Amino acid sequence: MATVQQKVLALNGDEAIALAAKQSDVDVVAAYPITPQTIIVEKFSEYVADGEVDTEFVCTESEHSALSACLAASATGARTFTASASAGLALMHEILYVTSGCRVPVVMAIANRALSAPINIHCDHSDSMVERDCGWIQLYVENSQEAYDSIIQAFRIAEHPDLLLPVMVCLDAFFLSHTLENVAVLPDEVVRKFVGNRQIPLVTGHEGKKAPFKLDPDNPLTMGPLDLYDYYFEHKRQQEEAIRRSPQIIRQIHDEYTKLTGRKYGNGLVDTYRLEDAEIAAVCVGSAAGTTKTVVDELRAEGVKAGLLRLRSFRPLPVADIRKALENVKAVAVMDRSNSFGGHGGAVFHEVRHSLYDAKSHPHVVNYIYGLGGRDMPQSIIRDIYGDLQEILRTKQVKEYVQFAGVRE
Amino acid sequence: MTATSWKFTAREIVEKPELFTPGHRACAGCGPAIALRQIMKATRGPTIVTNATGCMEVVSTIYPYTAWKVPWIHTAFENAAANASGIEAALKAMKRKGRLDKDIDVIAFAGDGGTFDIGIQALSGAAERRHDFLYVLYDNEAYMNTGIQRSGGTPLGASTTTSPAGKVVPGKAQFKKPIAEIMVAHEIPYVATASIAYWQDLLTKTRRGLEAEGPAFLHVFTPCPRGWRYDTSKTIEVARLAVDTCIFPLWEAMDGEYGLSPQSKIMALKPERKKPVTEYLKMQRRFGHLFQPKFEHVVSDIQKITDQRWNRLLKKCNMT
Repeated sequence: MATVQQKVLALNGDEAIALAAKQSDVDVVAAYPITPQTIIVEKFSEYVADGEVDTEFVCTESEHSALSACLAASATGARTFTASASAGLALMHEILYVTSGCRVPVVMAIANRALSAPINIHCDHSDSMVERDCGWIQLYVENSQEAYDSIIQAFRIAEHPDLLLPVMVCLDAFFLSHTLENVAVLPDEVVRKFVGNRQIPLVTGHEGKKAPFKLDPDNPLTMGPLDLYDYYFEHKRQQEEAIRRSPQIIRQIHDEYTKLTGRKYGNGLVDTYRLEDAEIAAVCVGSAAGTTKTVVDELRAEGVKAGLLRLRSFRPLPVADIRKALENVKAVAVMDRSNSFGGHGGAVFHEVRHSLYDAKSHPHVVNYIYGLGGRDMPQSIIRDIYGDLQEILRTKQVKEYVQFAGVRE
Repeated sequence: MTATSWKFTAREIVEKPELFTPGHRACAGCGPAIALRQIMKATRGPTIVTNATGCMEVVSTIYPYTAWKVPWIHTAFENAAANASGIEAALKAMKRKGRLDKDIDVIAFAGDGGTFDIGIQALSGAAERRHDFLYVLYDNEAYMNTGIQRSGGTPLGASTTTSPAGKVVPGKAQFKKPIAEIMVAHEIPYVATASIAYWQDLLTKTRRGLEAEGPAFLHVFTPCPRGWRYDTSKTIEVARLAVDTCIFPLWEAMDGEYGLSPQSKIMALKPERKKPVTEYLKMQRRFGHLFQPKFEHVVSDIQKITDQRWNRLLKKCNMT
């Protein structure tokens, strides 16, 4: 149960994120506005204007510069935050890799929005899914409460001396970013204590001397050098080692936060809903989990053994948790809010199906591409998907592995 | 801002430790490497350097070696000014919060590709936001690191690998972008041009740029023997001729007020000292094709634009 007195505020997802960043005592925010992330930067600007934060707020001329400024600020030793979406995240693409490659902790909120063309400001996951290989930790949240909680946890994760990895917290455009919700918030000092001061680990610097891992005139380091075939591969391997260390740390920080607040998101990596004895299950990331839970409850009331697996962490991919959660299920529908054109289904499908390949038993795994460009995902469509799974269960046959749900054909 | 009376003596400079140290892998006769060494001699205290992708990044930091005795970061090609913005913002925040107790200068180095072309957006943004940093453009007038491709800083008539002199095309068809004047138009406190041929002027301007409160922009002329195709022993001579022909005049603009620097002021006061551009062009094989009869008109075009720009500058400096 909760150990700390919390206030309940009516906040939308963006406001919840701005508040979490404010309470986390961020040193530098560099950002560029893009719908539907704008409320985050607007709210933060108000904090600056009203003297409620001690943060340097840099309104850059592009997202590319926003992340470049965050990267360099973080390399200088500052706690750093930014936010983006869609085309903005795409413009950052180059610097996403540079940030993780430089092993610099930055926390970024992504208000998941469709990519052009045609231009569309509404929710889908195309923007962040395409960045899944960039070396950032990616957490997808179900509601605004989780958005708030995850930002606070993200600073601890990113700055953990064993990781030094940037973290994206992804929330669904409009469904979360612009929708008012009751959000329980912690007192400022509790958040500040939980997040703590940024720890800068020592590394081996010039001439073998130990130096804090930052741009420090007393202990000069060269960061982001030219690195060719004789060392680059080892450095990339070290980066992989770091992100492989992260599941344990994400869970540990999540558990610590649970003790403080009473709030729990599965084991911090995956969240399961009525999966224990489930025969059919859906898998998703983001806000669709909420609607799906309602459908699961209805189906359960009708005697159908339905369940849900929500991936909170997509990077690192919790392979063992996915396997454990789904290996006894007989048919699985993976829901993707983005498409891989010309591929075999969406990114979540690829990962989940692949994770199950080595499971004791092979459930049938099918894919539904849904909700592109903000198309609503009503309960009726989710019911149809579970209906398809029941059909697979009955016939033991899959008619189509990859389908589009809720589209006019 | 007001000009400081700072004068660097040769002795002082020799005695100052090298912050950009020997052993880096720049070519023989490399102009930019000379600029970096001189500029780092003019620093006034703790300094953080950020470097755009380019020759100087590549030659100075091949892992696990580094030529830098100051904290240094490279992240990408087009974002040196954005990196500098972030460093400056971090220093400000940490100072305000009591986690840093000293003043640290921030210098961004970028070549002409990283400044005239791909980096101009980040530079313009950082200038508009008035971050306190010195941006140094080392201009060798093409993408030398990738093999001598033309940039917005390449002058008219120069042959590069993407503006080659052919049977009918006499090298680059466009003029060099007046980048320093574009920076003056940003109304930043300090903009100057400088040349590695005049080290004292370069060092003084570096120091003034660091002392300026807000963004400062230093455009340094740094010949490249590989790309310009002259003998490696002639780098300083080529740089000097660019000033003597008024192809690259030396000036500074403090709070938008233009003033000629001594080496160019001489040319204004004694116009007979101004040399014809052919003397400069003839030294470099990148312009060699211009001396065929069919392309001679380009030489007169270069003289014409050089004179026009020089006369415009004289007006701005109230020297007419």
